[in-house]
Amino acid sequence: MACINSTGEINDMARKILAAITQPASLEQVALLSGTPLYRIRSGVRELLQAGLVEQKDQLYLATAAGFAAHSKPVSNNPAASPAK
Amino acid sequence: MDTAIQEKVHSTFPRLNQPAPTFEVETTHGTLRLEDFQGSWVILFSHPADFTPVCTTEFVAFAQIAPELKRRGVELLGLSIDSTYSHIAWVRNIEKNFDVKIPFPIIADLNKDVATLYGMVMPGESKTETSRCVFVIDPKGLIRAMIYYPLTTGRNTQEILRLIDALQTSDKHSVATPANWKPGEKVIVPPPKTTEEAEIRMTAGYETPDWYFSKKSL
Repeated sequence: MACINSTGEINDMARKILAAITQPASLEQVALLSGTPLYRIRSGVRELLQAGLVEQKDQLYLATAAGFAAHSKPVSNNPAASPAK
Repeated sequence: MDTAIQEKVHSTFPRLNQPAPTFEVETTHGTLRLEDFQGSWVILFSHPADFTPVCTTEFVAFAQIAPELKRRGVELLGLSIDSTYSHIAWVRNIEKNFDVKIPFPIIADLNKDVATLYGMVMPGESKTETSRCVFVIDPKGLIRAMIYYPLTTGRNTQEILRLIDALQTSDKHSVATPANWKPGEKVIVPPPKTTEEAEIRMTAGYETPDWYFSKKSL
């Protein structure tokens, strides 16, 4: 997972995306606002959609209440780590 | 096409001007699908293995042309039959030893799914490593060029840049490009298809040594 770890914490990429969609925005706008390649935005938003942190209306994306809450939480020391093997 | 033949074609190499086989993969930039790159040109390239000398020189060279490619709307996507952990360690090693940051994602194709789909493994060379393959995929998802180099021979990234320039010029101006063409040089006007067009071509103002061979500046 690029944006969310196994305990549901989000990483910097997710924060960038969520910060860019406090208002409805297209993926292209998010890429532009966050200075991130479009392919990473598409992949990250897909993950955030699956986690219920983002919702889609037509071609626009908006952070959900859970997305806002996740974005407001303090940064973890262990952002996107997988469980230890 | 007969289904058996179709399956045989799809189980061999991809074809020029055919849709690039789709995939969803783990990379050093997270889970990516080919469709995530839609609207961009993509250079999908494989290398034999992480932590090997020729591949290291290639990665440094690809990283060096990455800004030029970005200006042309091209994304790089690497691949080898190694784990994400190996890729991360190698990328960090390259940065430490060569002061070069690898800005593009690298596919961890441990189960050879993508390598098989794209015919990147050449059993005559190695059954466990991908050869040095390059697939140029256009914004519509079509394969526009393929290059295959053996394990021993590092690729010429300037040629890859030149290839992108040539493809984009051909698309933009409906022209072809001659041998060793570089941006700024004359391009080739497609040959006429009728005797009437051939007649007109001789007086159309192009550099035309003969009716089938016309060049022009852009």
